[in-house]
Amino acid sequence: MHRIAFLWVAKSQLSSRESDAPVSCPRHTIRLIPAGRLGLRRKDSNFTQRNDALQCIDSVASRRFFNDSHRFYRNRFIVRCVILARNATIMIIETDASDRGGAETLRRYELDGAYDEMFRTADHPRKQYRLLHNLLLSLGPGELRRSKHEADQSFFNQGITFTVYGNDKGTERIFPHDLLPRIITAAEWERIERGLTQRITALNLFLKDVYHEEKIIEDGVVPGKVVYTCKHYRRGMRGIKVPRDVYITVVGTDLIRNPEGDFVVLEDNLRVPSGVSYMLTSRRVMKQIFPGLFQKCRVRPIEQYSQELLSTLRFLAPEGRSEPTVVLLTPGAYNSAYFEHAYLARRMGIELVEGRDLVVHDNVVYMRTTFGLQRVDVIYRRIDDDYLDPLVFERGSALGAVGLFNAYRAGNVAFANALGTGVADDKAIYAYVPKIIRYYLDQDPILESVETLLMSDPAQRDHVCQRLEEYVVKAVGESGGYGMLIGPHSTEQERSEFREKINAQPRNYIAQPTINLSTAPCFVDGTIEPRHVDLRPYVLYGEKVTIVPGGLTRVALRKGSLVVNSSQGGGSKDTWVLQN
Amino acid sequence: MLSRVADSLYWMSRYFERADNASRVLKATYNLILNPAKFSTEERWFRAVSSLAPGAASSNLDPQRALFLLVADTEGVFSVVNCISAARENARQVRDEISSEMWEHLNRLFHDVTGIELQPNDDAGAMRAVSLVREGSYRFSGITAATMNHDEAWHFIQLGKYIERACNLSILLDAYFVVDKHADDLDWVGLLSSCAAFEAYCKACTAELKPERIANFLLLKPGFPYSVRYSLDRMHEALTSINNLSLSRRTEKVERLIGRLQSMVAYVQVDEIIAELHKYLVAITEQCRELHAAVHELYIEYPIEGAFQN
Repeated sequence: MHRIAFLWVAKSQLSSRESDAPVSCPRHTIRLIPAGRLGLRRKDSNFTQRNDALQCIDSVASRRFFNDSHRFYRNRFIVRCVILARNATIMIIETDASDRGGAETLRRYELDGAYDEMFRTADHPRKQYRLLHNLLLSLGPGELRRSKHEADQSFFNQGITFTVYGNDKGTERIFPHDLLPRIITAAEWERIERGLTQRITALNLFLKDVYHEEKIIEDGVVPGKVVYTCKHYRRGMRGIKVPRDVYITVVGTDLIRNPEGDFVVLEDNLRVPSGVSYMLTSRRVMKQIFPGLFQKCRVRPIEQYSQELLSTLRFLAPEGRSEPTVVLLTPGAYNSAYFEHAYLARRMGIELVEGRDLVVHDNVVYMRTTFGLQRVDVIYRRIDDDYLDPLVFERGSALGAVGLFNAYRAGNVAFANALGTGVADDKAIYAYVPKIIRYYLDQDPILESVETLLMSDPAQRDHVCQRLEEYVVKAVGESGGYGMLIGPHSTEQERSEFREKINAQPRNYIAQPTINLSTAPCFVDGTIEPRHVDLRPYVLYGEKVTIVPGGLTRVALRKGSLVVNSSQGGGSKDTWVLQN
Repeated sequence: MLSRVADSLYWMSRYFERADNASRVLKATYNLILNPAKFSTEERWFRAVSSLAPGAASSNLDPQRALFLLVADTEGVFSVVNCISAARENARQVRDEISSEMWEHLNRLFHDVTGIELQPNDDAGAMRAVSLVREGSYRFSGITAATMNHDEAWHFIQLGKYIERACNLSILLDAYFVVDKHADDLDWVGLLSSCAAFEAYCKACTAELKPERIANFLLLKPGFPYSVRYSLDRMHEALTSINNLSLSRRTEKVERLIGRLQSMVAYVQVDEIIAELHKYLVAITEQCRELHAAVHELYIEYPIEGAFQN
């Protein structure tokens, strides 16, 4: 009886609606889906006539329903499909009324003009998302909530947390994350990989040049004035030969997708990029939560990152040290990224040292162990340039060790990344990166950059100051989403404050047109809604350039927000790069 | 291993053991005060406080607040909650050295215990916290033994655990035997359960509670994990292993101290010490302190000169 009622309702609703729209009724959701989309044999099965659909349902009903039909069970769902005459297939997804299905959770998914990662149009998921989409159709909010809870618990128990400053109770929070993976096709990834390799190679050549011969400045491609006024330009690095000429060993480049769907570079992080541990741990959790989906999607692995990182670091060891000692230098347990430092050190099997563990003697770096002093060859430092050596930089710093810089100059120890790399990720230099790529490699950039206006240029400054509400203004030396104005979301007062700041220190600011970042489905408060995302792949530069297929997808979890930084209410998503 | 890491492991282990000891003592004391006896409630709390927080025991102790202070007071360095926090904090500093299972367990225990949000006079809550720590401690020992390499790090953990246990047991025995004239059977049961020893004692010496036998059991019994003798034996093992690993460093002083300490319990009989028990127990704690300083100087804070490897 239950089924008769169900079909009858479906029929009566169909008569009054367009045939291919999803049909919903109070207790059930019914969707007619072309056979091909579920991998069935017939592809030409779209209902063109409403009456066809009605007839199909009638004939199904008359045959006592599904005696000769295929059925699949998916959790609480029964998916039935009946292959009928007239080259048509009926798919009816019947939900268990106790936990209404995914169509319900997806109901509030509204596209807002940005490129959406999952949906091509409101009803058509992209090919790479179809498996996920089907799964979402079959999972109710209750089930998603349970999965989310399981994932949270797993993060919490593993201690995957970051530190919140200025809060003496619960100083640790789990890193906010979203349950649903973000999926990238093999073709898209191939382009990203080529583009990043090209970009990093050029930037490394640029760094070597500005700290040695300065040919690019002589040739007038990048003005010397811009280079020397960078906040992170380190005069002390001039003329120092860095091991293997590798300045930037570890890079995290932020990519975004513009409304046309192309990936463009938003920002380079060439100093101490973080977040890679979230990429690795959220993958572990996702495999636990969606094992079936993961396997079916054929996702490329990223677990080899730690081995790649270790061999990249060992490549930097000074000559003649055949079994180099590599260490990771952390500011300590109170640093917000401490979890990541400990995690990486453990995964690589190297010592996690603090400044107070290091001793420099005769320009050689040692660490204090219970066996005595042991020589250190390569330091993967997760401390900013300024705090590394109180003799040379910030005098009051207790995070580094006295004499490190001299040991570095003497070639007895290698740093990853080298010092002074911040000059190449300055946001004013960013505007010149396409030129830098052409200059050193004689190639067109594969990944485009975002149009960038320099506020030090009077004409561009005037232009922007008159239209602040259209632009995003950023301080050049900052990161983490600080010191930033998002024009369309700003108040008049904020804009006038920024106008003053820009006019006071023009060199300190750049402006970019507001880009509507692409959106991806996120599980928020029991429903699935689109949220803006970016993508940070991690690039390793050693003997060769290595990029593990994946990255950190950062999500602006607040509705409508375009800021994805974790310090500003952002979260993360696992990123699945598909096998070809 | 990094000296700083060894230090943190050592202290993680010591603080955990301290929290565990306090939990045992508090549980036993709380059971004791439910019964009428020659001792007043105040005296019994005073005994517990003086064994757990030497120096903090003041004469005008409010028994209503004693339990709260010893379990949850965030000012008191010796409270159970503070010891668990300190253990976790030390573990956090060396997150990469201990196994994930150890960290997860300790972290969860910390959140469970602090999650109780104890108020003064909430005796049931306090006892719940204490029970969590008791169970958590057994589990932590098991997880540690089962998931870690039994290498240098493990030996430092063992060293911290047993040096703390030896000190705690000596102080606790002292607190009970100093006033043993008034003690009745219930008090002796209290002492034994403070050392998780009641059942083991009954098995070995029957349920007849004689102070001398109890002292013998808790001090000199080599096979019982909560005896001073057992603790010192484990310390000796741990130090020997660490010394062997460290090759040619100057380990004589540490070896001499642990040897002397061990011989204090290995080659005596209880009737030789029972008359001067207080002096004997104080000597043990003193020597433990000396040993701690020597280990610290040898492995943690050594002078740079002459410390270069090879």
